[in-house]
Amino acid sequence: MTGSLLLWRRKTLNFIMLALTGVCTVLAAGVLVFILGYLFIHGAASLNWNFFTKLPTPVGEAGGGMANAIVGSGKLLLIAAFIGIPIGFLAGVYLSEFGEGTFAFAVRYVTDLLNGVPSIVMGIFAYTIIVLPQKHFSTWAGGIALGVMMIPIAVRSSEEFLRAVPKALREGAVALGASRAKAIFTVVIPAAKNGIITGVMLNIARVSGETAPLLFTSFSNRYWSEGLNQPTASLPVMIYTYAVAPYEDWHQQAWSAGFVLLTLVLGVNVIARLVLARNQHVAR
Amino acid sequence: MSRMAQWVILAVTMAVGVSSAQNILINGAGATFPYPMYSKWFDEYHKKFPTLQFNYQSIGSGGGIQQVTQGTVDFGATDGPMNDMQLKEYQDKRGNAVLHFPTVMGADVPVYNVPGVTAQLNFTPEALAGIFLGTITKWNDPAITGPNPGIKLPANDIVVVHRSDGSGTTYIWVDYLCKVSQDWETKVGRGTSVNWPVGLGGKGNEGVSGQVKQTPNAIGYVELIFARQNKMTFGKVKNAAGIFVEASLASVTADAANSAKQIPDDFRVSITNSAGKDSYPISSFTWLLIPSKIQDATKKKAITDFVKWMLTDGQAMAMALDYAPLPKAVVAKELKAIAKIQ
Amino acid sequence: MAASSTPLATAGPTPSQGVRPASSFWRRLRSGDEIAMGVTFLCAFSILAITAYLVWELWINSALPRHQFGFNFLRTTTWDPVAGNFGAAPFIYGTLVTSAIALVLAVPLGVGSAIFLAEFAPPLLSDALAFLIELLAAVPSVIYGLLGIFILVPALRVVEPYLKAAFGWTPLFSGPFYGVSLFSAGVVLSIMIVPFIISISREVIRAVPNEQREAALALGATRWETVWDAVLPFASRGIAGSIFLALARALGETMAVTMVVGNDPKIKASLLAPGYSIAAVIANEFTEATGELYTQSLIELGLVLFALTIIINGAARLMLAASERGKV
Repeated sequence: MTGSLLLWRRKTLNFIMLALTGVCTVLAAGVLVFILGYLFIHGAASLNWNFFTKLPTPVGEAGGGMANAIVGSGKLLLIAAFIGIPIGFLAGVYLSEFGEGTFAFAVRYVTDLLNGVPSIVMGIFAYTIIVLPQKHFSTWAGGIALGVMMIPIAVRSSEEFLRAVPKALREGAVALGASRAKAIFTVVIPAAKNGIITGVMLNIARVSGETAPLLFTSFSNRYWSEGLNQPTASLPVMIYTYAVAPYEDWHQQAWSAGFVLLTLVLGVNVIARLVLARNQHVAR
Repeated sequence: MSRMAQWVILAVTMAVGVSSAQNILINGAGATFPYPMYSKWFDEYHKKFPTLQFNYQSIGSGGGIQQVTQGTVDFGATDGPMNDMQLKEYQDKRGNAVLHFPTVMGADVPVYNVPGVTAQLNFTPEALAGIFLGTITKWNDPAITGPNPGIKLPANDIVVVHRSDGSGTTYIWVDYLCKVSQDWETKVGRGTSVNWPVGLGGKGNEGVSGQVKQTPNAIGYVELIFARQNKMTFGKVKNAAGIFVEASLASVTADAANSAKQIPDDFRVSITNSAGKDSYPISSFTWLLIPSKIQDATKKKAITDFVKWMLTDGQAMAMALDYAPLPKAVVAKELKAIAKIQ
Repeated sequence: MAASSTPLATAGPTPSQGVRPASSFWRRLRSGDEIAMGVTFLCAFSILAITAYLVWELWINSALPRHQFGFNFLRTTTWDPVAGNFGAAPFIYGTLVTSAIALVLAVPLGVGSAIFLAEFAPPLLSDALAFLIELLAAVPSVIYGLLGIFILVPALRVVEPYLKAAFGWTPLFSGPFYGVSLFSAGVVLSIMIVPFIISISREVIRAVPNEQREAALALGATRWETVWDAVLPFASRGIAGSIFLALARALGETMAVTMVVGNDPKIKASLLAPGYSIAAVIANEFTEATGELYTQSLIELGLVLFALTIIINGAARLMLAASERGKV
């Protein structure tokens, strides 16, 4: 085969693959834009003040809202964060600062396993260990289920960002006489602070959309849930219940709830990224 | 105190909230069938007594039975009465009995979506059983076209839609099929969840009606009110006296009245396919499941008061929502039975 | 993760500048390396403990069907709550099939996009699109289910005749199509997992040292040849790892699948037939399962799914570990 023919073929292949991969990207990005756009159109259109302030109304009566679900989701996420983030973060610290050897390997492996546990199984777990003995559904149970789901992601992201901190920082601190613990907590962690915060926000965002763990734990509530021992309404469960209903008003509310949830998740993501990007520039 | 600690305390306080001592939350779960009625009742009752909150979630009759047996809810609701094995399980788990209180009556109707057919179809028991058994597969089968002269039925495959979750609505439907079809009784049986020979599963009455609406050539079964809410065409069914009857408040009440004499003391009775020429055969009571012993005195009072109100004032609201109110004889019997709640 | 890509660390804040004003909590920690190590060790250990507890709970709460059915549970195709006869086969089948469809659709799309974003796209575009695609990963699954019911299923009804025309001769696309089906569930899953494949693969490809690319280009390779011959072999284990992780997510996905899979526990050859998955049946039937055998059979299904996830995660972990240690 002559050199120029071979070259032509190689160049053509180059072009084709470039185009093909570009097409893939366009498809993937296109799907996202479509999803966001659809949700925006349907969700924003039926968003009204009632949605944010009123309680659900009986079937057939208009004017209901999801105020209790919004607050309920907030409470659940708060509990989940209090459980999942400290445990996950500190475990991540262990893995990145102290962890070599079989124990650390075991922890990483099991963390991945826990990450792969389907949310429904997590829900059953929380149901069996909390709801059944207590004989009632509660916000606690839902929060704990979500919290356990947050742990693996917190571990992974903390470990990654802590590892990314240059060794020189650690060595510098120790050279100045700090104990290892002091070096970690006063130097390394603050240096990785933005990445860790990003990880936390992404974690919360992902878990805020989980429905299955809540079905058997926080149940749902027609009214305001008081304290943390009662069942509570939550946005994902409401979306799920309303979406398959035959009432048009409920459909509208499901879209609105979906839109609000998505906007919150996106908002958290955007803020997290901006904080990370901004602080990286500052550090340099 | 550090800034962070202050924020934490603020957040926790807001989350935990100020618990008001007066509000009483009573949780219930169960049937989707009477959900519109219950949500209306609980709402009205809450307006009368603002401190009483009845939180009812429609997770399916099976769910109601399961959760009330586990003790995670204060009362349950079901469209299919608990069988002896379930009663025993309840007794073993909770240490006391569970009482059935009929609340309203409703009906299951066959809904369908046949292209080109807007008229109301007549269904015989044999046709329904055959369709759901999978032995009748096309819309122009003689069993279906026979009772419907003058309606052009296409030669399309029938798509059966049933419930994917356990439900009393299913119970009523299969209970009826068991009574009219020996084949069904032996092959499938009755329960809130069965091994369907054919068909797609939809979640809740909502899922089934949605599925039927979206799928051409589909047939499913839903509660009467859901069919009406969705403006779906539903068929007439031939009753035991051989007459094709459309489900309505009158025909459902007739069905109950014709069985009323034989209602046992524990109210667990199936009234499908009763005699009488004006009965709609696929009718049923729906029940509240209330423990015979309630520890919490305030909850006990709240629940017993509600049941009394439901049997008197509440019944008046039933017809507006397309539920058939209970026959007077049954109401009288129930009012006496309330005393059984300790 | 990109923070320390430069091998020689730029000077970070000196310890005195970077140290936060110590509050009492930090002061206590500072005083002991052992305390710090102990506390963090405890947290790491708690993960092992929680997972063990989880498996233990699943195990003992599925005792009845395990003793009654044994390994036949995995082979039986009936799911009959009335007769008390339970088998996992249709659900295992549905779970594996929907996940397989998801992979078949998502992997080419995902890896292709990752390559484009990492190698060919201008950096600004690459970062912007990567950001957008990562956001897609954060969309809650309930919403995917909603979109599945309201958009995808009707759209597939329109597309189906063409699919039938092209592939109808295979048993895979035979039979009637009702909208809800294994195929619909697979498509929804593929959309849900593609962002994971793209974002992880893109990172992995970008991490391949530039020397590789420069060497290949210096030898006269085209852009594509560089990617295919010099870059991808290094990234392949990482990409495979991302695929395994995406698969693990697909296996456990509940909500979106329940809404579009048809919920019919039967094994049929056609992808256009309705099916059922483990996660979906647990979600549908768990709260209302009455009777010990029924409830425990559902829990045993959860155990089966967990076992599947263990196997797959194990493979992913080993591959990723090997890719980190392996080539470079």
